[in-house]
Amino acid sequence: MSTAPIEFPPPVDSAREFVGAPTDPEDERIEVGIVIVGGGPAGLACAIRLTQLLADDEALMESLGEVPVALVEKGKNPGSHLLSGAMMNPSAMKNLFPDLPESDWPTYGPVAKDAVYLLPNSKRAIPLKPTPPPFRNHGNHVTSVAQLARWLSDWAEEAGVYILGETAASKLLVEDGRVVGVRSGDKGRGRDGEELSNFEPGSDLIARATVLAEGTQGHLTGAAIRHFDLGSEDPQQWELGVKEVWEVQKPLDRVIHTMAWPLRYGAKYQEFGGSFIYPMGEDRVSMGFVCGLDYRDATFSVHDALQQLKGHPLVAGIIEGGKRIGWGAKTIPSGGYWAQPRRFWAPGMVIAGDGAGMVNVPTLKGVHYAMHAGMFAAEAIYERLKVGETGTDDLSGYQARVESSEIEKDIRRSRNMRQPFAKGFVVGGAIANMMEVSGGRFPGGRWKTHDDATVDVFIGDRDKDYPKPDGKTTFDKLSSVFASGNATRDDAPNHIRIQDKVPLEVALMWQNMCPAAVYEVPEEELEGARVDGNGRLDGKREVTLQITPSNCVQCGAITAKGGRLTPPEGGDGPNYQIT
Amino acid sequence: MSILVYALHYESEFNKNSLGAVSEGAKLAKELGGEAAAVVVGGDDLSDELCSSLGKYGVSKVYRVKGPEGLAQPVVDAMAKVIADNGFKYALFGGGLLGFEIGAGLTARLNAGVTMEVTAVRVEDGKLVAERPILQDSQIVDVGYVGEPGIVIGRLNAFDAVESGDGAATVEDVEVAFEDHSTRAVMVERGEQRGADVNIEDADVLVAGGRGLGNAEGFELCESLAGALGGAVAATRAVVDAGWYPYAAQIGQTGKTVAPKLYVAAGISGAIQHKVGMQSSENIIAINKDPNAPIFEFSDLGIVGDLNKIIPKLVEAVNAKKA
Amino acid sequence: MKICVLVKEVPDAAVEKRMDPGSKRLDRSGETTLNQFDTHAIEAAMQIREGGAVEVEEIVAVTMAPADAGRTLNKAVALGADRSVHLTDEALAGSDVCATGYALAKVLEAESPDLVLLGQQSADGECYTIGAVVADHLKMPSLTQVIKLDVEDGKLRCERQAEYGYDTVSVELPAVISVGDAINEPRYPSLKAIMGAKKKPRDVRSTGDVGIESGRVGSEGSRTEVLAINPPPEKAAGEIIEDEDTNETVERIVAWLEERKLLA
Repeated sequence: MSTAPIEFPPPVDSAREFVGAPTDPEDERIEVGIVIVGGGPAGLACAIRLTQLLADDEALMESLGEVPVALVEKGKNPGSHLLSGAMMNPSAMKNLFPDLPESDWPTYGPVAKDAVYLLPNSKRAIPLKPTPPPFRNHGNHVTSVAQLARWLSDWAEEAGVYILGETAASKLLVEDGRVVGVRSGDKGRGRDGEELSNFEPGSDLIARATVLAEGTQGHLTGAAIRHFDLGSEDPQQWELGVKEVWEVQKPLDRVIHTMAWPLRYGAKYQEFGGSFIYPMGEDRVSMGFVCGLDYRDATFSVHDALQQLKGHPLVAGIIEGGKRIGWGAKTIPSGGYWAQPRRFWAPGMVIAGDGAGMVNVPTLKGVHYAMHAGMFAAEAIYERLKVGETGTDDLSGYQARVESSEIEKDIRRSRNMRQPFAKGFVVGGAIANMMEVSGGRFPGGRWKTHDDATVDVFIGDRDKDYPKPDGKTTFDKLSSVFASGNATRDDAPNHIRIQDKVPLEVALMWQNMCPAAVYEVPEEELEGARVDGNGRLDGKREVTLQITPSNCVQCGAITAKGGRLTPPEGGDGPNYQIT
Repeated sequence: MSILVYALHYESEFNKNSLGAVSEGAKLAKELGGEAAAVVVGGDDLSDELCSSLGKYGVSKVYRVKGPEGLAQPVVDAMAKVIADNGFKYALFGGGLLGFEIGAGLTARLNAGVTMEVTAVRVEDGKLVAERPILQDSQIVDVGYVGEPGIVIGRLNAFDAVESGDGAATVEDVEVAFEDHSTRAVMVERGEQRGADVNIEDADVLVAGGRGLGNAEGFELCESLAGALGGAVAATRAVVDAGWYPYAAQIGQTGKTVAPKLYVAAGISGAIQHKVGMQSSENIIAINKDPNAPIFEFSDLGIVGDLNKIIPKLVEAVNAKKA
Repeated sequence: MKICVLVKEVPDAAVEKRMDPGSKRLDRSGETTLNQFDTHAIEAAMQIREGGAVEVEEIVAVTMAPADAGRTLNKAVALGADRSVHLTDEALAGSDVCATGYALAKVLEAESPDLVLLGQQSADGECYTIGAVVADHLKMPSLTQVIKLDVEDGKLRCERQAEYGYDTVSVELPAVISVGDAINEPRYPSLKAIMGAKKKPRDVRSTGDVGIESGRVGSEGSRTEVLAINPPPEKAAGEIIEDEDTNETVERIVAWLEERKLLA
């Protein structure tokens, strides 16, 4: 019997710890009109749409006070913590900026060709023709979300939005069953939480409406869903993506997706995912590997699978003579329709984007859904603000807009596509194809999702195939963390809630899972667990993990697999520029 | 006259970096077909004998100015006068705080070009070209001067002191009327030694310990080696995190950046977070039992072996040599 | 007392720094941030104000930067400055240390400060001395690398580590002081301060406004020129010794050290 990480829950009770009433004296609270948590596509689209609506409504704008719209972002700047492929559907940008020509967008434009390859092994690549429908990207723009957010943020700031970078939202403020704002995180705490000489407590930000656009594993989102009981029966699932940006010698002329190798078929392994390679203009390429976190082999590492992939002739040819100029990691919600919260709103609050699971996994789309949702949030909130003081108690208008939009139509259509892959790639692939062809109708029913942490793990030997990093084509985790721009201070308090004494199986799983080498099983502990001269390990033996939280790039994988990520001090973590 | 070199002194001894600059100035002046001179500013310990001894390093003349010691601005006044009176084309400084401050002040006073952290100087077409590293030593820039004079400020230890003869330089006293602002900073106490803590950033030799030491006691090895080599002890982030050594000794991306003459890395793997803090060290020795440790890619001398066996013997051998 | 704090916008550490081979200058097109060392200078100004030994009427953040450097000034103001002054002009592009020091001195002259504070170095220029250049133009006493600063009877008592140990120097005002990062722990701005920064007054000045002669600034007015940018000389590949006979290994190490005169 192997162990599942869920048996070792992290010491945290999110609803109790992260939801509560304001605590600052009334005259010290900061009042704003609307507060948006998260400077990603959803949050920024919401902010910009709000300024567009308010621009024509001076009276309402006045009534919102000195700061009509404030956006808090835990990264240094909006974009610092953003990472995606991405092939962005242009519909949302067109909607938000109807008078701006597509050529002025901060994207790399559409790409004429696309190709999907099935990699049966480390040498061959079989092109799948015609391109399976989910992978067709005609008209979609190659985009770096880190760059997109910076551009949107500049636009929003010009339009009067207060963009507050380096500011984490650590608590959801609720009074009399209604969300009244958020509390920003403290700064200047030491390793054990003690107040350092430059300690600065957070502040209560009071707002008439709060938009949670925190992205994957949203901190307050998780707490809000529990507190207001918004969740679905089906737990959310996640995939972990690790990507690199490369400067290349030869321009890439097509959008590429690959499947299979180095992932392994078979229900024993449950490895679901694939890779993407997108051209960013003439001289750069965005390349990443995405894998569901419900895999079973504790030695599986998405970062190392990406390094492996670069050895395949198809990929090696693309990056030959090139140079890595970026790296990062982030999770993406993949539970689809059934795993989304039943309700996307509560009195005074809405949830938009990845945080609400608005991702269409088979087509790998989420950026434009996030932006559409952000705009719906702006419109619904605007409508209710006009009603009066307590208008935003009822934001069901947001729910209605989202449900009748293409967001829910698309996501519902692919509602049962991810789950069958638990049966292994081949069977799963066949079932998914049937669904695609039938427009989601066959096979019907409701395929349950499962919590990634309930999947039991075993110690395999996958790691013998990982290439040794050479610092030119393949890289180790620590130098990759450096490349992400992460320079978090060492005495920052540990922001990761986790049990650090767990069976070796779980410990090794965390060690390999984490792309930033936060968790390590120390050499001595590993030695103690060897059962014979052949290096076999006793997976059940309890070991104590070594944790280095300052490496963390906040991808969120740990929350999916038995721990819990909370936002560290604002400004900490990576500073992605082009991911 | 081509090059005027500033020579810092303290308690009747010239600073090592100043002697290096004097040697370099003499060498370059020769290549330019001219001569180099030195300028010293201070009190009564600037005896004729002491000043003319600079002749051993190649200068024919030493301009001596009576004035406050340890402060830059009076020297700016002194050098500005000497340069104006004698037509020097370049002013040269060895590494060190005062050299930087004086050179910078002269830049303003003489509307002159200045290059700092210079690691090498060469003569091209009868003019000086200064080389300096930038972007954390990842590139070297060649800098030329527009007009005269040009100011060259060396990096610490960039120029070696080289005796080029027994020549005694002539000493010329110069009267300088100091600017008003140059008298408004007054030395209250100079050269105070503060406790045994050596600032690791100033140490010439560092012995750094990493996780390979095994435990906190492993630092005893580092301390004995540092003692034998006349240096200080430093540490990696990992061991500071583990509480084996204090944060003040941490080197790396989130710690201190150092560039000693000798850096001995004991039990350190060489992850980039550490490397960026010490990669400019002149000589790097690494001792690690893992032959694949990244540190061996940039160390000058790498020893693959057990540091617990190697370091004690090394300490013995070094101490024996010194005896 | 009026304090001016010189601040600089530098490329963010996360951005890969590169020289533009065309202009031979640092490529500043990427993300920027407030120079870390300048935050210590602002903090020093705040501590003088809060210390009470002298009344500080105004703390002004001053920068010389391209037109879009607003965010850096906002940060400086959020940290405590009462207003900011932004010297910006195309004519200033490409200024070397000499030209930059002159330009900064002119804009400071227009402010007539009692004390000028700045960080002792910037993350990009690696020059460590602009304070001394500015001070000579302003005819003020100056010290760099100051790690302790106290106001006593209208004078400054400064400590710094120099070639021979720690020096304590008494400096009369007005003065220019560059501070080292060991001087203090900069505060985190409160959310209120960050939000309020946008509203603090900002004066934008061009070279003409402060009497800067255009012939003395910019690449035309600079007194140094970059002739070439090269990679550093190839470091000779390191030697590797596999330890088998430790006595022998140690002998080889000692010989290696002696060769390089490292055994003083």
